Amino acid sequence: MGVFAKLRLSRFSETIQKIFGKKHAKIGIYGPPNVGKTTLANRILRDWTGDIMGTVSDIPHETRRATWKRNIKVENGHSSLMMDIVDTPGIATKIDYKEFMNTYGLSKEESRSRAKEATEGVIESIRWLEDIDGVVLVMDATQDPFTQVNVTIIGNLEARNLPILIAANKIDAEDASPATLKSAFPQHPVVPISALTGYNTENLYSMMVKEFGKKRHKKR
Amino acid sequence: MTSKEKGIAFTLISRQKLNDLTSKEKLRFILDEVKTGKILVLEQGLTPVEQTSLIENTMREIDQDTFIGIEMEGYSEEKTSFLQRVFGITRKPRMTVIGPAHLLKMVRKDNDKIETMIIPGKGAK
Repeated sequence: MGVFAKLRLSRFSETIQKIFGKKHAKIGIYGPPNVGKTTLANRILRDWTGDIMGTVSDIPHETRRATWKRNIKVENGHSSLMMDIVDTPGIATKIDYKEFMNTYGLSKEESRSRAKEATEGVIESIRWLEDIDGVVLVMDATQDPFTQVNVTIIGNLEARNLPILIAANKIDAEDASPATLKSAFPQHPVVPISALTGYNTENLYSMMVKEFGKKRHKKR
Repeated sequence: MTSKEKGIAFTLISRQKLNDLTSKEKLRFILDEVKTGKILVLEQGLTPVEQTSLIENTMREIDQDTFIGIEMEGYSEEKTSFLQRVFGITRKPRMTVIGPAHLLKMVRKDNDKIETMIIPGKGAK
């Protein structure tokens, strides 16, 4: 394709986006604990701004307060989308401080404090649902996808008419099965990725611009 | 945790009973029952928005020594046809089991089957 043809195509894409698309969107990274939400948030930030979002750990509920970064410009060919990325604490229906003691060797005091902060984190995550334009729902591709948390989050977002992009994370693990995730939630786009290694994140970014750039009418 | 009893209480809640309650009353009723160690089987479950509120309310009421949260499992909402949507018929929640997390454990779930396990030795108050 010649230079002028490319230029025309670029201007055409920009014009289409101006008319029909969004320029700015607040995107929440959601999911159960320990699926790699903060690892993904760090990956997105590192790739587009050189910054990082937060610390990661094998112990569940490492992220206990929502953190966000504003104005991250993610590009996809000739189109782009400015995003505020919100990394949310993992949503769970139960939090037992004894799990932190017995499985991860934390002291009783640390465990109780972590559990208390984790319950507050879940509430904060749910509160953020009111204020976002789209969600990257992170699921662990090595785990059963039919958890109530996944089903509840998806149902809630569908009721609000918010766009959902499922990131089937941990694809670098031997027992990962992104096909199971795709068949479990066929109504939404599923992108297999490894937030840890960066595998296929280019495809995720491309889908983010495409899916979150569309204009929608949110239901409150 | 709840004191040890001989049996475990299962309560089947009819669609009618829940339909007669507002969302707020429904969530209060469920949490109150579950906190006493009962396992509820709802003939018609909660909407996703109600489920999210139930999780939020549960987090507010967690007591680290007596109530660690809930286990909740239900099928996805029934799909409605194009015609049903045209006539304003919304998707209906389906059967759901809810219990205290120290007592009820989800084993496996797919589109057609939910397997749960009762943790022995801990019954309703």
